Amino acid sequence: MNLNMQERHWLNTGKSAKLSFKFDLQAYVLILAFLVIILLFGVLTNGEFLSSRNISNLFTQMSVIALLAIGMTLILIVAHIDLSVGSVVGLTGGIAAILQVWYGWSTWAVVLAAILIGALIGLWQGWWVAYRGVPAFIVTLAGMLIFRGILIGLTRGQTIAPLENSFKAIGNSYLPYALGYILGLVSIVLWFFFTYRNRKKRIKLGLMVPSAWSSYGKTAVYAFLILLIIYMLNRYFGVPIPILIVVVFGGIIAFVSHKTSFGRHLYAIGGNAEAAALSGINIRRNTLFVFIIMGVLAATAGILLTGRLNAATTSAGTSFEMDAIAACVIGGTSLMGGKGNVIRSILGALIMASIDNGMSMMNMEAFWQYIVKGTILLLAVWIDIYSQKRAA
Amino acid sequence: MEYILQMKGITKEFPGVRALNNVTFFVKKGEIHALCGENGAGKSTLMKILTGVYPYGTYKGKIYLDGKEVKFKSIKESQDAGIAIIHQELALVEEMSVAENILLSNDLMRRKYIDWNLIFAESLKWLKEVGLDIDPQTKVKQLSVGKQQLVEIAKALTLNAKIIVLDEPTAALTKNEVEVLMGILRNLKKKGVTCIYISHKLSEVLEIADTVTVLRDGETISTDPIEKLTEETIITKMVGRKITDIYPYKKREIGPIILEVNDWTVVQKSTGKKIINHVSFSLKKGEILGIAGLMGAGRTELFSSLVGYYPGHVTGTIKVDGKEKRIRNPRDAIEAGIAYVSEDRKRYGLVLGMNIIQNTTLSSLKKVMRYQLIDQTIELKTAQEINDKVKLKAPNLEIKVSQLSGGNQQKVVISKWLLNDPKVLILDEPTRGIDVGAKYEIYKIINELATQGVGIILISSELPEILGMSDRVLVMAGGQITGELKRDEASQEKIMTYATGGTKR
Repeated sequence: MNLNMQERHWLNTGKSAKLSFKFDLQAYVLILAFLVIILLFGVLTNGEFLSSRNISNLFTQMSVIALLAIGMTLILIVAHIDLSVGSVVGLTGGIAAILQVWYGWSTWAVVLAAILIGALIGLWQGWWVAYRGVPAFIVTLAGMLIFRGILIGLTRGQTIAPLENSFKAIGNSYLPYALGYILGLVSIVLWFFFTYRNRKKRIKLGLMVPSAWSSYGKTAVYAFLILLIIYMLNRYFGVPIPILIVVVFGGIIAFVSHKTSFGRHLYAIGGNAEAAALSGINIRRNTLFVFIIMGVLAATAGILLTGRLNAATTSAGTSFEMDAIAACVIGGTSLMGGKGNVIRSILGALIMASIDNGMSMMNMEAFWQYIVKGTILLLAVWIDIYSQKRAA
Repeated sequence: MEYILQMKGITKEFPGVRALNNVTFFVKKGEIHALCGENGAGKSTLMKILTGVYPYGTYKGKIYLDGKEVKFKSIKESQDAGIAIIHQELALVEEMSVAENILLSNDLMRRKYIDWNLIFAESLKWLKEVGLDIDPQTKVKQLSVGKQQLVEIAKALTLNAKIIVLDEPTAALTKNEVEVLMGILRNLKKKGVTCIYISHKLSEVLEIADTVTVLRDGETISTDPIEKLTEETIITKMVGRKITDIYPYKKREIGPIILEVNDWTVVQKSTGKKIINHVSFSLKKGEILGIAGLMGAGRTELFSSLVGYYPGHVTGTIKVDGKEKRIRNPRDAIEAGIAYVSEDRKRYGLVLGMNIIQNTTLSSLKKVMRYQLIDQTIELKTAQEINDKVKLKAPNLEIKVSQLSGGNQQKVVISKWLLNDPKVLILDEPTRGIDVGAKYEIYKIINELATQGVGIILISSELPEILGMSDRVLVMAGGQITGELKRDEASQEKIMTYATGGTKR
């Protein structure tokens, strides 16, 4: 008797309904903000912002930060931070360029070497954080200085150039038009298939499902957007390779974070480390792995950047860590850990890149970009905190 | 004799619980007044009302200080009125010097420019008062817990407190330090300071107190001068209630020994103190073993160290099913078949940002994987089945656990551990903060599991719960097992005698 009363009282609060609505709202706010920014720049630049050429540029420009944001999302999910990624980008790109320009290594070999070095850097920093208990903020702040120093020492302050064509191609080539469409179509078909299968599963399990209209409608909108983007890119030179790399890595990490026990453990560690440890999760090893993944992604970003610029400079990658963290935070990742989504972080990187790109197209001076990006970051976090407070 | 403090008709309600019911508490000027009661009897709540932690308006009743009514809206206001409290957990800033801590809320520290020499001179004066001979520039963290306690008292004295409340001041002290403290209290009494002394250790109460008030279940049972009391009469007053039959105990078949712990000793890393002192016990298949003891007796430390989650130097052996196991971390414990449901479910049990399914499968993800990947179908079915078993009530399993009531949250934690098919299930205060209806359901689950052959260790501060559920009771005090009682010979009085008896048998 007593029990029923209490349960019913609890069910009637309607808390869950409100919350799910709020969650959707947060995702839509991000997309809405993005659309507003695009339209705004589109109008202000007389449509030039939305031209095929500029979209292609925009995607290529965002790819480095997007790669870093993918790894940073995992780092933030386990409630750590990595301030060294900018320096790691510079160092790995610099080493790749040195090995090729000074020592004549092939592109394949230097790419592998750079990625290996990135992984080793991740191992080094992860070990300090996970097994020595030094706060990640300090370890990676030290790393930021150390790796930049090594880079300057190795290059002796020079710019290393030019690279072989095959290296340049990593940052500057495009998919053939047909292949772009084929990949787009395949991903759309798969998307529909998985939506269908997921719905069927959930219905069978008696879980709540959105109406068929809304789930297939959503998929159709995404399909349309994919095709539109590929069409626009194909009107220029095709889908840029850098963005393909971002999509591949983004897809893999998103998959890992949702479908593997490793991913689940990361959310648990960031959400409540003590409960995670008592549940038998190896916090140290998982943390170490996250830093290794970050290192690999930073090295990949370093290769992309060096290839695109056809040179390695001592200042390459400076302050990229801040852009990457900002992209994650705009995408809704919590600095307190336990919350974050790779795809949204990539969207965050796109928003940041759009602001840079749009403002420079408008010939606004560079200082404005800093001011506007800073303000947007502040507002994004405030909206997040405000909405959480209201929910609580 | 005049009363310095009169608390009349104090009633305090928390959502779902009446913590204090029409409590009367009169304290005479200049006496040492002991406040006794079991865990949860309402002592701390009463003191929190007195010191303004629960501000005026959140409770019913009236407080008179020196005959004048007072309405404290904050701790600051009660301090200004001359009431100081020394909490069980010390409230000192460890990185600061002794002098800074003593005078932290003093005007000397609030001047625009701080005169450090003056501060040190002033603090020396107060240190003398409590008989501490240390350099006031020493950092607090370098002092032993006992000395920290004395610093805390010195700090209270600077407030010119008329009433000092000491909440379990001796819990962390050595015997010598207790003697020093007793001396200081007698000194304070000579100076006309009134002390309210909260302690589980009845021997201390009998030694120092002038008057004893006993609280039980949020009500005042009695206030008597010490001459009229003995240890036995105090205990009877503390526990004297009937066990209601909300405990669904069933006679069960008890099997062979499943868990054997031998010579278990835990040394705290920071202090080198033996938290657990050569403890040995065993648990049988299908048995419910109750663990009783007062706060600080070492119950949580013993069992969290058994599952490899206590930061200390641990020695001793564990045998599960006759095989010796080495348990270095919670994973080893899970693999050995030992599950530990901790006392603070929000801190140690749940990831509040995750949903019910994810929390349920957290420690046994391997079970819901196919081809190395989490299979949504299997995961959901597994979570559904186990949560049906514990009769979890939730609109659906995809809501976050933070939205569940305390009882249902506890069920999710229990589900999580049941998924590991434990041989031994340790439940640390499993019904704390849970209402009666949900408590009953948890008792039923415990019984059901025991019937299925799981060995259950039930740690609880609620004696009726221990007596109602257990086949056998171990009583702990001072890091040791001080008593063992079979179901038919266990009583609240016997348990309390063992629990308050210190380390002597």
